Amino acid sequence: MAQHFRLPAGGRVDRSKPVSFTFNGSKIEGYRGDTLASALLANGVHFVGRSFKYHRPRGIISHGSDEPSALLSVSRGPGRTDPNNRASVVELREGLVTTSQNHWPSLNFDVGAVNDLFSPVFVAGFYYKTFMWPRSFWDKVYEPFIRAAAGLGVAPTEPDADRYANRHAHCDVLVVGMGPTGLAAALAASETGKRVIAVDEQSEPGGSLLHASDETIDGKPAADWLKETLAQLDARENVILLPRTTVFGYYNHNHVAMTERVTDHVIDPKGAPRERLWQVRAGHVVIAAGSLERPLVFADNDRPGVLLAESVRAFVNRYGVLPGRKIVFATSGASAYQAAIDAKAAGADVTVSDLRLEAGCGPELAKARAAGVEVLTAHTVIGTVGHKRVKGLIVAPVMGSGTIGPRRTLECDCVGMSGGWTPTVHLFSQSRGKLAYDEALDAFIPGTSAQAETTVGAARGDYNLAACLASGYAAGSKAAGGSAEWRFETSATLVGFQPVRVMPTDANPAKVRAFIDFQNDVTAKDIKLAVREGFQSIEHVKRYTTTGMATDQGKTSNMNALGVVAGQLDKPLPSVGTTTFRPPYTPTTFGALVGPARDALFDPIRTTPIHDWAVEHGAKFEPVSLWRRAWYFPKPGEDMHAAVARECKAVRDGVGVFDGSTLGKIEVVGPDAAEFMNRMYVNPWLKLEPGRCRYGLMLKEDGYILDDGVVARVAPDRFHVTTTTGGAARVLNHMEDYLQTEWPDLDVFLTSITEEWAVIAVQGPKARETIEPLVSDIDLSPEAFPHMAMREGRICGAPTRLFRVSFTGELGFEINVPADYGRAVWEAIYDSGKKFGITPYGTETMHVLRAEKGYIIVGQETDGTVTPDDVGLAGMIAKAKVDFVGKRSLGRPDLVASGRKQLVGLFADDPSLVLEEGAQIVADPNQPIPMKMLGHVTSSYDSPNVGRSIALAVVADGRARMGQTLFVTTPGGFARASVVDPVFFDAKGERINA
Amino acid sequence: MLLIDCPCCGLRPETEFRCGGQAHVARPATPADVTDKDWSEYLFVRENPRGVHAERWIHQHGCGRWFNALRDTVSDRFVETYPMGGDPKSTTTETRL
Repeated sequence: MAQHFRLPAGGRVDRSKPVSFTFNGSKIEGYRGDTLASALLANGVHFVGRSFKYHRPRGIISHGSDEPSALLSVSRGPGRTDPNNRASVVELREGLVTTSQNHWPSLNFDVGAVNDLFSPVFVAGFYYKTFMWPRSFWDKVYEPFIRAAAGLGVAPTEPDADRYANRHAHCDVLVVGMGPTGLAAALAASETGKRVIAVDEQSEPGGSLLHASDETIDGKPAADWLKETLAQLDARENVILLPRTTVFGYYNHNHVAMTERVTDHVIDPKGAPRERLWQVRAGHVVIAAGSLERPLVFADNDRPGVLLAESVRAFVNRYGVLPGRKIVFATSGASAYQAAIDAKAAGADVTVSDLRLEAGCGPELAKARAAGVEVLTAHTVIGTVGHKRVKGLIVAPVMGSGTIGPRRTLECDCVGMSGGWTPTVHLFSQSRGKLAYDEALDAFIPGTSAQAETTVGAARGDYNLAACLASGYAAGSKAAGGSAEWRFETSATLVGFQPVRVMPTDANPAKVRAFIDFQNDVTAKDIKLAVREGFQSIEHVKRYTTTGMATDQGKTSNMNALGVVAGQLDKPLPSVGTTTFRPPYTPTTFGALVGPARDALFDPIRTTPIHDWAVEHGAKFEPVSLWRRAWYFPKPGEDMHAAVARECKAVRDGVGVFDGSTLGKIEVVGPDAAEFMNRMYVNPWLKLEPGRCRYGLMLKEDGYILDDGVVARVAPDRFHVTTTTGGAARVLNHMEDYLQTEWPDLDVFLTSITEEWAVIAVQGPKARETIEPLVSDIDLSPEAFPHMAMREGRICGAPTRLFRVSFTGELGFEINVPADYGRAVWEAIYDSGKKFGITPYGTETMHVLRAEKGYIIVGQETDGTVTPDDVGLAGMIAKAKVDFVGKRSLGRPDLVASGRKQLVGLFADDPSLVLEEGAQIVADPNQPIPMKMLGHVTSSYDSPNVGRSIALAVVADGRARMGQTLFVTTPGGFARASVVDPVFFDAKGERINA
Repeated sequence: MLLIDCPCCGLRPETEFRCGGQAHVARPATPADVTDKDWSEYLFVRENPRGVHAERWIHQHGCGRWFNALRDTVSDRFVETYPMGGDPKSTTTETRL
């Protein structure tokens, strides 16, 4: 395909650099500097996709990021495919593979287009009204059907092959938009030496100046002024210019998020990222985001070949492309006349059809007529001719009485429509600024700012070039703390339009398909129906009809939709209000948001000093908060069940070794350390002797268990506190909070020492014999070193805090050594224990062994609503203490009431049945639904040492139910289980003191 | 993202901080003497004003210190931050926006 619609000269494309790409398999050529849209139009391709709901043929409507219809899937190679790219935004690059979307089997012949014939049934709320009954169809029939029939492009299935970067930046002034207003603002702001960042979403800065024709600024052609201004800005050290960068979010305290498209337009990125997420904290933000042209609402206004008028001008002037040879401009305002004049100058056959009366027009009328453009004033548009491409525009005069005169079809292959302009207030609105309605402009414009922000130029409804430049300059200077002004001399701008909601027509309104939201296929009729059905709030109309809810967020459609609602309700437009603008301004890739935080960097992973040894010995791991913990150590051929059973037996029969390094550890130090501990824990601490340990139980102020762990008093003023693995940070925060805010008078300081110490638990009857040869300076005999004692000494020559403690119920030691010695000491213990068959075990075995002993795990037996008494630990509470955190709450009426859930053991009648953790417990399985639930299973295992399955549960008044039979839910129905003591093994606790 | 003026470290981004709810709710000196009703108020009942609110914040991923702040819950503007145990200088309750 040759570029038949490319003008022989003109435009900003580089004609010396042809670029080829494919569209639906056909090879197409354009030039460097083209977008996909301009290259397609240069080759006469208007029909590029099917619409969302009705599968109607759709073309390119816009030249900018507001494009609602021309959405293409674009591939830059394997793993580099994404859907829903706006053709008017994607820069042309050699080798792009592009395809149209939302059709089957092909763009030209689409089965789904039958929806268009049935459009009378696809009215607003169609899905809500239709897919209701039977309920069983919701998941299996309706949803798959709706998903298959509707929707945009197909999500890629391959991992993203690209790299994404992120960057934080600070500046004094951030200028959003580099059209004339923004450039003037950047010039003025940077005069003062302040740090300025100026960004623009397009491939080159300039905004509307990029498609200027006869405009002049300070006596120079606009293009020359643009070039000089950019050179001037570029030369300033304090200015960063970022083209291809979209500000998509404006958050609190001038925190602005933007994406820079770094390399999509180049063939060899040379290692540079695809996109960069910028998070900018700006002293002041100048929003010069311009304005969006409104389409006109008339029958079949969505035919390929119908564009926005200013976009026709942009394609002609900026890209040197004539979107049609016979172009009709349908307008209700002045700006389209300039587009008509430029298209005429480029060689098109041009007619203007203006809704306004001749007397209502400004100088544009004479200017167009002088240029040889035929103008029909006081003409409405009734509809279009053509299906996959517009072939004619049906217009008719509007008589003085308001009636419609005789129709006439203007033959054409392109229509440029203009219903006026809407300021781009999205970012202002995101900044939580208040919008104000300006009747003369027929638009919401920025009213009261909520942050250090100024909106200027077309973004606040100023469409005159000289005024935009002057106000931009003044705003830029002021934002930088100055007060400079500059009077720009420019050519006159054609401004002014007559607001129109729906073009007057003599057609039967029930049959007219006049699109308001092109992307979500919402017509004026749909919105009127919604209002008739009782939806009055614009927020409800929006959700019911889905107008403005597509990926373009209604950039082109919002004002028309609001206007129709207001008209239908017979209310002034401002009283209808506007919907909320939310980030992102334009669709943002997940890649940019995720940045480098993927794969191994997705979430930090904590490993212990012994981790690699476990990996080398075949351990399976489980995540516990950010830690990876050895779960079990299967031998060849063993499954988890077999491995855990072997490990459990080995600990009780000989000796096992376990990596407890993840245990949270806090050192509490200072003259008031004991007093602080006394206030934080339920237990008494003042009389605990150095060298002794105590099981500590910590409550929240509401009386519920927060954490537990063994605490050793190392010295009178020093405690070595351990916490649960997942609770370490929570406990430290809890302690710090009280220390800093309630008792700042206590002389105590807290240090997290979790990472300082590796912890090796050696458990089992042979534990002492295993470590004895390695330990010096400590007498390990039971008399000298009883259960719940702690000694400082050396193991393998390394300093150790050696705890005699046990979470298994066996004779046990927890050996703390500085983390760097962890692996060496572990290996020495492993070697020493080999003659006793030492067995490394993981968290699963640890869980089973402690459950055999009825030891709770905070977060498993407790859930934030469990008191010490509920889990049988009331005995831990120091009765004599007047106060500790949570004590007063233990007297709250519902914490002392009967009927609380208490920790018990459960034996299923079937000893091989391992109940499900979380399963509900009832007294009578035959009671009517909803049943009274007594509690639930908290822990459940197959116990090789007990010789059957065991479970822990919390059950209402559980301790009074010993021996009772209860019923537990299982996937196959209720299972019988009897309530037993929660200590299943060595109930007398003799082994621990061996 | 809010910009918060830590009394120790100066202006830092919100992600370094954690909010600890309403400030100046002192823990009763002798909880045992507090009635059930008053104790439940202390535990559970907090202000939720539209406008300026005194809050506790901690610079968790910075200096680790708790401090107090007056924040306008409507505009998210910080009126001032001040040390734990101190009183605010400002007496404003005006709401911007």
